[in-house]
Amino acid sequence: MSDELIWRIAGGSGDGIASTSQNFAKALMRSGLHVFTHRHYPSRIRGGHTYVEVRASADPVKSRGDGYNFLLALGDSFARNPQEDAYYGNEEVKPLSENLDELREGGVIVYDSGLLDPSEIPDFEERVEENDWHVYDMDLRSLAREQGREVMRNTAGVGVTCAITGIPLEAIEELMRDAMPEKILEPNLEIMQTAYDLVNEEYDVDAPDVSVPTGDHDEEQVLMSGSDAIAYGAIDEGCRFIAGYPMTPWTEVFTIMSQNLPELGGISEQVEDEIAAAALAIGASHMGVKAMSGSSGGGFALMGEPLGLAEMTETPLVLIEAMRAGPSTGMPTKPEQADLEHVLYTSQGDSQRVVLAPGTVAEAYDASRRAFQLAYEYQIPTMIIYDQKLSGELTNVPASHFDREPNADIGMTLTEEELAEQPHTGDGKFHRFQHDGEDGVSPRSVPGQKGGRFLATGNEHNPAGHISEDPDNRVAQMDRRQRKLDAIRTDLDDDGLLVEHGPSDADYGILTFGSQQGTVEEAVDRLNENGTSVKALTVGELAPYPEEAVRAFLDSVEETLVVEMNASAQFRGLTQKELGTHGEQLSSLLKYNGNPFEPREIVEGFTTNVVEDGELPGNETKFVPAAGD
Amino acid sequence: MSAFSAIGEEREIDRNEYTPDIEPQPTWCPGCGDFGVLKSLKGALPEVGRTPEETLLVTGIGCSGKLNSYLDSYGFHTIHGRSLPVARAAKLANPDVEVIAAGGDGDGYGIGGNHFMHTARENHDMTYIVFNNEIFGLTKGQTSPTSPKGHKSKTQPHGSAKTPIRPLSLSLTSGASFVARTAAVNPNQAQRILKEAMEHDGFAHVDFLTQCPTWNKDAKQYVPYTDINESDDYDFDPTNRADAQELMRETEDKLYEGEVLTGVYYRDDERPSYQQEKQNIGEMPDEPLAERYFDDDYEWERSYDSFIDKHK
Ligand SMILES: Cc1ncc(C[n+]2csc(CCOP(=O)(O)OP(=O)(O)O)c2C)c(N)n1
Ligand code: SF4
Repeated sequence: MSDELIWRIAGGSGDGIASTSQNFAKALMRSGLHVFTHRHYPSRIRGGHTYVEVRASADPVKSRGDGYNFLLALGDSFARNPQEDAYYGNEEVKPLSENLDELREGGVIVYDSGLLDPSEIPDFEERVEENDWHVYDMDLRSLAREQGREVMRNTAGVGVTCAITGIPLEAIEELMRDAMPEKILEPNLEIMQTAYDLVNEEYDVDAPDVSVPTGDHDEEQVLMSGSDAIAYGAIDEGCRFIAGYPMTPWTEVFTIMSQNLPELGGISEQVEDEIAAAALAIGASHMGVKAMSGSSGGGFALMGEPLGLAEMTETPLVLIEAMRAGPSTGMPTKPEQADLEHVLYTSQGDSQRVVLAPGTVAEAYDASRRAFQLAYEYQIPTMIIYDQKLSGELTNVPASHFDREPNADIGMTLTEEELAEQPHTGDGKFHRFQHDGEDGVSPRSVPGQKGGRFLATGNEHNPAGHISEDPDNRVAQMDRRQRKLDAIRTDLDDDGLLVEHGPSDADYGILTFGSQQGTVEEAVDRLNENGTSVKALTVGELAPYPEEAVRAFLDSVEETLVVEMNASAQFRGLTQKELGTHGEQLSSLLKYNGNPFEPREIVEGFTTNVVEDGELPGNETKFVPAAGD
Repeated sequence: MSAFSAIGEEREIDRNEYTPDIEPQPTWCPGCGDFGVLKSLKGALPEVGRTPEETLLVTGIGCSGKLNSYLDSYGFHTIHGRSLPVARAAKLANPDVEVIAAGGDGDGYGIGGNHFMHTARENHDMTYIVFNNEIFGLTKGQTSPTSPKGHKSKTQPHGSAKTPIRPLSLSLTSGASFVARTAAVNPNQAQRILKEAMEHDGFAHVDFLTQCPTWNKDAKQYVPYTDINESDDYDFDPTNRADAQELMRETEDKLYEGEVLTGVYYRDDERPSYQQEKQNIGEMPDEPLAERYFDDDYEWERSYDSFIDKHK
């Protein structure tokens, strides 16, 4: 018997898989468990193979698990006719057939016999026997039809799950009462109960095949995604203006903000394209309002020019880049970490920008707040780079993490009284871009203020904002803007965005960034349990790069494996560039097939390649050995 | 007290307040039509009662984009084609500031064409001045979206095969609630039109015919021209959309034949501005958003109080 439940609900896009799994995860969280969800879906609105995994354990969970142990295969109501299977394959049985490879030995299969016919899957019976799977065939479709509507197959499936695993129905009922209008609540409750009873009548489930652990939280928890956390961080930091254009997965942050801003007296604008979106954020910020925009790879590409404008005019700006697999439109619903260089280097000229990469849902909230603070204190564009994985996965976080004071401070912006004391030109134009300022920041004014008149321009300019190609002024302005980065680096040092995990005196290291943090940490724990001494460092600040901390980490171990989701080892490249050394010590474990790492892949990759100098079988991940500097 | 005491100040405004008294003096070529825009704008702003400190001039890139180096107010010289989205947000963030966007025909009808269409459609309350010299000035004389068909330039040596864009018709069909054309050769009419544009509550588009003697020697100097609002030959009601449409079509056919009609072609004073529409549906705060950041007593809402229950 396993000490964790990993429940996978599979079906077609549009079948309500996401909402059902979210409720289920929440019920488990409320019962005292730690939960983590992993979502897999195709770039299709209806139909196609999709699943969500809910992992639940009494101990903290930081990642999707290795495989899973409970399959609820609902059937894809939008599946195409198998006669047309040249392109889509036999979609009708996909919710069952596509999921068998990762189901653990001894696991449970519940399938909807109203929609799925296992005789169409070659070797189904043999595999069931071989793997000691427990199969429950339930005609959920007819059940749902009889009780009301076919779409309630989901609820029937949850009832079946509860009966098999021993989860009390009350836990789910309570949530349904919160989430559903009266009219559909009753039939749903009824159908869940009927399905629950049916299992007990037809099967002997006294000793559950897969049971649910029991757990207890010290404090109240909330179930959140990375996108929720980024949006709430922005709101708490006083952001009241967002402009955007939809693109997966950035749309999630954009949607959450748009739904909440009006009631907070804020403004949300869906505009004609991403150039406009970033330009609007700049316009609002120029007026003294905390503003943001963002996109995913292709849309972010369009923001390169406004980004440079924000740098040159020193307009505070927060941009979110939610990565997905590229190049071009790539794989819209699949995670990848390959936009790192894009975000670090896009736009022309010598660049002054900050890039933060949160690794967990809790960090996403912190990074979002930090991004606004840095952008407004230092008048510099600050970007949050995260990915489709962190954006959509749900996990429990103590509610108290979000219980913080709001902060709407707009940084170095002068009042009219202060403006009166500042240097002005002969005709009263304010010296907005003074050369001095130890940390590089020259205080700003806002249109409408008396005595603050100045020109913001993307051309090089003198202290009053007049366009200037004077060489001495150019050097002074450039040096000042660059000085901000040193000041920010010092500021960031104790920010908690550098996370070490594992024994401090470990022999080996794993270096990673962003959403791979949790998976790497699970792998590190397992490696240590198996006798390999290893620790991990997750870098959450990519620009300015925490060179000293990373150097100290690399120096403390013999060899380090860099884990990232892209094909060209961009993060390893960045580390080598910033450090100028350590090339012989850094090898890479890469994955770019559209699925995030599972802990076991890191364990295996590390053991085989780093510890044993062997070679990885299979083509899910790729190892790139160390090279000299 | 408001954090923006420059806003709404009532006093006599001298047009020279808009002239920066130090370098740079305008570096436009002698005879450039852009001087005419500067002059009429300097005349119109005091008439509207707007001081330099409550005015934000947002420009694009081009000879035209340099306007705000020579007009002393709050200014934002943005990037090529992007003045409108910056200006739009500035106005949303603080509707009390007078927001004017300006740029060339390449800037506004070419690279920024998409923004033009959408800003007009949304009817943002602002004035947009397009310096229409039928050429790319700053990059040295290439064909622009308003250059006449057959126009030869270094990048189109065999003459342009393209029909020029129709800015007035485009503006009208996109949804602008005020559409006018004026010319640098008559600063008095230009000043009057700019004043009306600024006073109009909605998107006011002024296609400003400016000559570029340096690169567009063939360009008509837009004289003689006819003021359609004054001339007895045009019995014409600018609030009538169909009339406006017809007249625009005629003008845009004839512009390159030397018959230049100027004036206010269309105005709809009934249509609410975008800000108003947004306020009506509850998506826009009553007070200027920008004010709130300077109000020490404002109680900032927290996500924890508002949304956290959803996640428990
Ligand atoms: C993205 C981008 N593309 C091209 C340019 C180069 N550029 C500068 S001004 C200009 C054209 C200006 O023409 P117009 O907008 O008609 O203004 P004018 O100079 O005639 O006033 C171009 C193409 C640029 N600055 N940015
Ligand atoms: S190039 Fe043409 S548009 Fe530019 S300043 Fe000279 S005359 Fe004016």
